[in-house]
Amino acid sequence: MAEIKLMKGNEVIAEAAIRCGCDGYFGYPITPQSEVMETLMAREPWKETGMVVLQAESEIAAINMVYGAAACGKRAMTSSSSPGISLKQEGLTYLAGAELPCLVVDVVRGGPGLGTIQPAQSDYFQATRGGGHGDYHLLVLAPASVQEMNDFVSLGFDLAFKYRNPVMILADGVIGQMMEKVQLADYSPRWTDDDIERISGKWALTGKKGRDRHVATSLELDSYKQEIFNHKLQAKYRLMQENDARHEELHCEDAEYIFVAYGSSARICQKSIQLCREQGIKAGLFRPVTLYPFPRVPLRALSRRVKGFMAVEMSAGQMVEDVRLTVDANVPVEHFGRYGGVIPTPDEIVEALKKQIISAS
Amino acid sequence: MTVETIDIIREENLVYRKTPALTDNVMHYCPGCSHGVVHKLVAEVIEETGIREQTIGVSPVGCSVLAYNYLDIDWAEAAHGRAPAVATGISRLHPEKYVFTYQGDGDLASIGTAEVMHACNRGENIVIIFVNNAIYGMTGGQMAPTTLVGQVTSTTPYGRDVKLNGFPMKITELLAQLDGTGFVTRQAVHTPLAIRKAKNAIRKAFENTKKDKGTSFIEIVGTCSSGWKMTPVDANRWMVENMFPKYPLGDIKDI
Repeated sequence: MAEIKLMKGNEVIAEAAIRCGCDGYFGYPITPQSEVMETLMAREPWKETGMVVLQAESEIAAINMVYGAAACGKRAMTSSSSPGISLKQEGLTYLAGAELPCLVVDVVRGGPGLGTIQPAQSDYFQATRGGGHGDYHLLVLAPASVQEMNDFVSLGFDLAFKYRNPVMILADGVIGQMMEKVQLADYSPRWTDDDIERISGKWALTGKKGRDRHVATSLELDSYKQEIFNHKLQAKYRLMQENDARHEELHCEDAEYIFVAYGSSARICQKSIQLCREQGIKAGLFRPVTLYPFPRVPLRALSRRVKGFMAVEMSAGQMVEDVRLTVDANVPVEHFGRYGGVIPTPDEIVEALKKQIISAS
Repeated sequence: MTVETIDIIREENLVYRKTPALTDNVMHYCPGCSHGVVHKLVAEVIEETGIREQTIGVSPVGCSVLAYNYLDIDWAEAAHGRAPAVATGISRLHPEKYVFTYQGDGDLASIGTAEVMHACNRGENIVIIFVNNAIYGMTGGQMAPTTLVGQVTSTTPYGRDVKLNGFPMKITELLAQLDGTGFVTRQAVHTPLAIRKAKNAIRKAFENTKKDKGTSFIEIVGTCSSGWKMTPVDANRWMVENMFPKYPLGDIKDI
């Protein structure tokens, strides 16, 4: 019998981690996501499942602890918010370069710098373009509900191991802090040594026994070999695009105008669609669920039959670039954003659609 | 009576052999460098104590970044200075394994100060091998935190000036102050006697892991003849005369 509870997004991340058989969480406090580690410490999962939870001395140490745990073929994760995620970029590029799977949760707040502790979506570029140095990408999942905060933990680990690549759950302060009804997953056991041998036996650090030594490294001093390795990474990213680009459409069947929005902006746009339709404007919502890989194919298909797209983000315009790169050039694409911690209202989104697209065409 | 060489090279006459825990790869270290000796000691201890299949090493950024090419065990290569955090992740999830970091002075005492400090303070059940040759070798001989006052490096071309660069850091003494460290010692590998003592210290450190005695920290004062721009023999002499007074050898803490 599935367990249904009323919980905060951040608390659900912790609960879902324990239930999906996560082996280790390494974190550092930062608003607005500190409830993740607080919940874990209160739950004491080491007594229950053996999951390790450790408060690191810094975001940098936390992501490197994840690197060590991930190198052992364990399911390891960390969570943070924007300034802390900036600090983790070094670790993330090493994880991507060593092809180590892990889960990173980013509950985004407004920036730049210390910015604000209020919600924002201004770290889309950082999340989807790699973030650290080198040609790499994270696979980025964007939850729009507390339920998806739950579902994406297990999904995130699955995708991380499928591609041997770090996966990021890119939430924002709204999703992290709000309480909703959530159906919790059933408990899955942590992987045994045999499971790890079966799943990651070709690379995991388990102690050199009856095989060649395993080395988790991103170093290759021979440029030609390093180029070949980069080819391999790029092939992996193409596979992600082909097989794991995810999205959701709402009222797009008859829509003339489409909002493109993810996370909490997508939730707000649901109300904007309702307001539009009350005024006779046929509006729909295209919600990218994976931000990298961006769901290009279905969005491009839509662009052949609609009158315009409005990218709605709590940023000065980041995802809108992916929309413009995707859709037919003759379809107008506009951006509406509130940022610095300000959340847009459904009404101002409708007004922006009318002013920037409907009246302008 | 003459003895043919071929008659001497027999199994029963062997007094020395390369430990199987060392690979056959040719080391990239410069002539006179201490790393080769320290690698050998770590490999011998791992082999002799029978823990090779349970040992995971963490290599740093610096001259010993490629340590994983020389010791035939599982390895993680860490970002610059982060080896103790990486080792923490491994050790916490593999508490039954022997986990060690191998770091130089730039890696451990400069960019990785926070990571080593807190790993030691938590008393992570790991071994830390710290090779201090008072210089950044790999990048071409720049000043390290442990560079001596007046010592010439490529970024202190007129000698280390304390007003400009601060003082040589005795990080090993600092770490000995932390309750999480169980064994803290400073050794060298410039003479056969020193090598034997260093090996005993390394053995003790790995045995401490089995006894869960907290973090074992071994500094090895070493030479960098290329960076110091000396012959290996002169470098050893210079180390004895200049490094040892500042970084005296011996156990600092053993509980």
